[in-house]
Amino acid sequence: MDALLTALLAPLGYDFMLRALLVSSLVGAVCAVLSCFITLKGWSLMGDAISHAVLPGVVLAYLMNLPFVVGAFASGLISVSAIGFIQSRSRVKEDTVIGVVFTALFSLGLVMISRVSSDVHLSHILFGDVLGISQDELWQTVIAGAAALAAILILRRDLLLYVFDPTHARSIGLNTGFLYAALLVILALTIVSALQTVGVILVVAMLITPGATAYLLTDRFSRMMGLAVATGVLSSLLGTYASYFLDGATGACIVLTQSVLFGLAFLFAPKHGQLARRRQQRLEREAELQG
Amino acid sequence: MSAPALDVQGVSVAYGGGRLALRNATLTLQPGRICGLVGMNGAGKSTLFKTIMGFLPPLRGQVQVFGQPVRQAQKAGMIAYVPQTEDVDWDFPVSVRDVVTMGRQGRMGLLRRPSAADREAVQAALARVTMTDFAERQIGELSGGQRKRAFLARALAQDARLLLLDEPFGGVDVGTSEDITGLLRDLARGGRSVLVSTHDLGALETFCDDVALIEGRTVLTAGPTAQTLTAENLALTFGGRSPLHHPARTPARPTEVR
Ligand SMILES: Nc1ncnc2c1ncn2[C@@H]1O[C@H](COP(=O)(O)OP(=O)(O)OP(=O)(O)O)[C@@H](O)[C@H]1O
Ligand SMILES: [Mg+2]
Repeated sequence: MDALLTALLAPLGYDFMLRALLVSSLVGAVCAVLSCFITLKGWSLMGDAISHAVLPGVVLAYLMNLPFVVGAFASGLISVSAIGFIQSRSRVKEDTVIGVVFTALFSLGLVMISRVSSDVHLSHILFGDVLGISQDELWQTVIAGAAALAAILILRRDLLLYVFDPTHARSIGLNTGFLYAALLVILALTIVSALQTVGVILVVAMLITPGATAYLLTDRFSRMMGLAVATGVLSSLLGTYASYFLDGATGACIVLTQSVLFGLAFLFAPKHGQLARRRQQRLEREAELQG
Repeated sequence: MSAPALDVQGVSVAYGGGRLALRNATLTLQPGRICGLVGMNGAGKSTLFKTIMGFLPPLRGQVQVFGQPVRQAQKAGMIAYVPQTEDVDWDFPVSVRDVVTMGRQGRMGLLRRPSAADREAVQAALARVTMTDFAERQIGELSGGQRKRAFLARALAQDARLLLLDEPFGGVDVGTSEDITGLLRDLARGGRSVLVSTHDLGALETFCDDVALIEGRTVLTAGPTAQTLTAENLALTFGGRSPLHHPARTPARPTEVR
């Protein structure tokens, strides 16, 4: 018994583990807050696109000896501009344009990686490596994440109104162009902050799953945010902790935990879950048959 | 003389560069008056609303609200607009009260936290459209008519000087429809100006000070209800068929001379 406990507590004795837990829960929280807006706005694909499109920027930043967040952020913004530019000047549908642009940039990044020395750091961008995060990367992550979080919290009510009803937002004088751009920039910033933890390929899960889970659990936006953050942070802690025993794949462990929580909400959510829905239908039928 | 509440001068617009949806439309609305906008399906009523709000940029002409450019008036919270159909996600996690509170958002501080006055205004607006009992419902858990009332409450909560209501009577029952006309009269008495499109020609004379007839992609004629709502004008507006057998004889209240 004692031996089991000692084994379970072992990860907490390491500095790198504590650091990883801290970073991943911060990232989990920031992504979760944003995920409420992204899922309601229907921007999942946009999130996936920006996260893939940062790759060439990260490689370039590495070659030029710049902080990786700078390259990633710039690359993300370029992808968004490219999407907007092509969409407004062609008849191709938005999701198609997004797909074309992000796969192009992602491929460019892969080609660039294959040309530069096969440095481990770059492959970590693909899958994340929060257990091996350096002091420098940690700071970059924290600053990007804190900036994104501050921006969302300041703008949250205007962003919510913009996502719900842009027509009304404009009618009462809000600057909807600014809100649209702000949401995109915050999205790019959040993705950048999450790169070290889950990597390019899985970031999108962090940006949608907590929001989707919370959406099944409540009909109130403020509660949705709270629940999303709770599931996001819990998944980050459990996932990171579990990955110690697997010796890696932290990002995948976090995302798996989120998926399990989503599955539970899908089945057992009090009002919108499958069981509750079935029960509700049955009760209604019985009431009708009796009445 | 004070500026008109709404001044549309020679406006032409087109959707996506195609054929004109409005051609050289002109309309003025004086403060404290209700103007009914009437015309066949597809005549351009909703288009006129969208143009006034700046959602469709006019190719020609200009719109002013209380003597200001529209954008400026919007920023000052002067215009409340209720579209013909709300293009929103009805599964959105907001309550009726949350939605009505959005009417106040333009006037809230930096962090947009509702003040006590905001909450009171929301409560009053909900009561005015008898939606108080539904305040905590998720916005999609309402009937069509209740949804209309919720969005009308949002416009009321905004406390704007000019209200643009695109078919508020569409799909509401007789009682609600009478409530809304009473509400509009109250607003006008309080000095608000209202532009309201409707297909209910019979009710026009009971609550509109002015009527604007829209046909052939332009405002055919506009003016005090009694003078404008003639069999002749209606026949022109509705392509020969006059839907009103008894053209207005007695206006609901004497229309004052402007
Ligand atoms: N989004 C759009 N794109 C292109 N044409 C449009 C669009 N919306 C409306 N139109 C056209 O513009 C004209 C005016 O439409 P509008 O919606 O203003 O009519 P309306 O008077 O409001 O009619 P209704 O009584 O049916 O609401 C119609 O011929 C319509 O086909
Ligand atoms: Mg219309």
